[in-house]
Amino acid sequence: MSTIFGIPAPALFGQILIGLINGSFYALLSLGLAVIFGLLRIINFAHGAQYMLGAFAAYLLLTYAGIGYWPSLILAPLLVGLLAVVIEKTMLSRLYGVDPLYGLLLTFGLALILEGLFRYWFGAAGQPYAAPQQLVGAYNLGFMFMPIYRGWVVIASLVVCIGTWLLIEKTRLGAYLRAATENATLVQAFGVNVPRLLTLTYGLGAALAAIAGVLAAPIYQVSPLMGTNIIIVVFAVVVVGGMGSILGAIITGYMLGVLEGLTKVFYPEASNIVIFVIMAIVLLVRPAGLFGREE
Amino acid sequence: MRILSKLALALSCTVMAQAAYAQQVSNNVVKIGILNDQSGVYADFGGKFSVEAARMAVQDFGGKVLGAPIEIVNADHQNKPDVAASIARQWYDTENVDAIMELTTSSVALAVQGLSKDKKKINIVTGAATTELTGKQCSPYGFHWAYDTHSLAVGTGGALVDQGGKKWYFLTADYAFGYSLEDQTSQFVKAKGGEVVGSVRHPLAASDFSSFLLQAQSSGADVIGLANAGLDTQNAIKQASEFGITQGGQRLAALLFTLAEVKGLGAQAAQGLTLTEGWYWDQSDENRAFAKRFQEKTGRMPNMIHVGTYSAVLQYLKAIQKAGTDATEPVAEALHEMPVEDVFAKNGKVLPNGRMVYDMYLFQVKKPEESKGEWDLYTQLAKVPGDEAFIKAAESGCALTQ
Repeated sequence: MSTIFGIPAPALFGQILIGLINGSFYALLSLGLAVIFGLLRIINFAHGAQYMLGAFAAYLLLTYAGIGYWPSLILAPLLVGLLAVVIEKTMLSRLYGVDPLYGLLLTFGLALILEGLFRYWFGAAGQPYAAPQQLVGAYNLGFMFMPIYRGWVVIASLVVCIGTWLLIEKTRLGAYLRAATENATLVQAFGVNVPRLLTLTYGLGAALAAIAGVLAAPIYQVSPLMGTNIIIVVFAVVVVGGMGSILGAIITGYMLGVLEGLTKVFYPEASNIVIFVIMAIVLLVRPAGLFGREE
Repeated sequence: MRILSKLALALSCTVMAQAAYAQQVSNNVVKIGILNDQSGVYADFGGKFSVEAARMAVQDFGGKVLGAPIEIVNADHQNKPDVAASIARQWYDTENVDAIMELTTSSVALAVQGLSKDKKKINIVTGAATTELTGKQCSPYGFHWAYDTHSLAVGTGGALVDQGGKKWYFLTADYAFGYSLEDQTSQFVKAKGGEVVGSVRHPLAASDFSSFLLQAQSSGADVIGLANAGLDTQNAIKQASEFGITQGGQRLAALLFTLAEVKGLGAQAAQGLTLTEGWYWDQSDENRAFAKRFQEKTGRMPNMIHVGTYSAVLQYLKAIQKAGTDATEPVAEALHEMPVEDVFAKNGKVLPNGRMVYDMYLFQVKKPEESKGEWDLYTQLAKVPGDEAFIKAAESGCALTQ
């Protein structure tokens, strides 16, 4: 068997593939964060909680309404997006124009409250959620067992990422959005309802987190802690990619996923800090991030 | 000056009155602190349910000892030894807490036991597993109830080696508990003629185990030993079935897995797992009655940590009663001498190193179709006699036994 750096090649390919799968979650989550920060200048610390809410929405829909995985993939993001719209309308919208720290504190507080409530209701051990029948099982790729569900996660997240990027960069709505962040007053003068645009953006960002949550539900336990575990990593991804850069968030998400996967082979103990080491280096060399613009 | 002397007189009168009321109890209250993880990966393993179990013990004891009221206080240590130590210090120094119990997470238990030893206070560990607590780092005032890494290695490890699992690969949580569990299971596997082909250490609360599982899968081991706990073990088991590990003929050994985690994982994913616990609700009428009371208060059935905490609190109160005081030395002496006989343990005894020895059990998780109810999850396979499950005091490495 051929080896690369002392690791059998099949094992290495397996790890790279797994890195890509984890990277899909990083990409999806950091995408939502980047959209919200890029357009609203809000550092959305509630993103992890919204991801958790997505997973719980799927679980609750299944348990109490008998609604399965596929409808949940649409319904859960809608519900979470709706909640986000309410949050934006009643609280966040009052904080535009003040120091971003206020938005950070508000969303952080909301995250703590949401996670506390779910921990109180459901306990920390988490709830089981089965993958849909069509996606159960695994393919033997020769060098590794590829669970069908994980393959689906990679495809779904790629589609959502590219779709969101196209929406913001290539459509008229996206153009309005970008224009509104450059100069809100001017865009408003052209008759565009800017506050509504911002509300929808926050809802969209939260819905993206919820999609990631539904995708994650069959892989991880549906647990109130699932957001806390991942959110810090995702923030690091956004910082490395360049705050607010949508393409940067997507590419960095996949890249760091692979890097983390490789670290788990070569030096597992460092696997949960490698992303932060990269972040520190990037901040030293390119303070605006890999894909960010200096302002 | 006159006011001062009056005040002094008044003060001394109250002190005398208190002394007459309950001569032997310091500050006229027995305060027990339950310190554990109430918000992290081990929150269901012990958590606020252990606090409820402690309250049940106080209630069953009658609410008073030697005429003084009993109070339970609790706090969340977030699995951080520094947080735990500062709470424990505050409890001992300014809040008159007499003893600290539960102490989930080995790193925390070791830190608080060290502190308790310095402060000459009693601590009873039910939630942590490392045998260090009654080994090199033992304390004359420290006790270890419920279970430890050795008993898990003997129970679950032994059962799997006997069933033909000779080659082991470990997935180990990267802290004191994981090392201790891996180390003892390895020794036990080797002593029975098996071998350890490798191991990988993962951070606490890793959530994604697929990389580690792939390494374990390609190692050619018969058994993948999960030397971790709580949510980590649940995720590892769930993901192992996703990657076809169990279907490929490799077996999983969830070395520390209790009813709380089995319930959370669901019978579908957990079926067939072999595990070691010291208590199960459906073993006897006495257990069922206790579990029913516990369920009415908490909405769930207890595991060995919860009932172990009940037993620890009850035994501590009995020891105060026997010693006729809540002073540390005589109570510790009584705890060492008295047999443990309650709903949790039968014929339990405490070794000179602080280890409480009682019989544990090997269980298998039922298939979903065999289960008759939400909590009908275990079939009992065997009894693990206390003398085999726990290290003998003389071999523990504890200086108190020399």
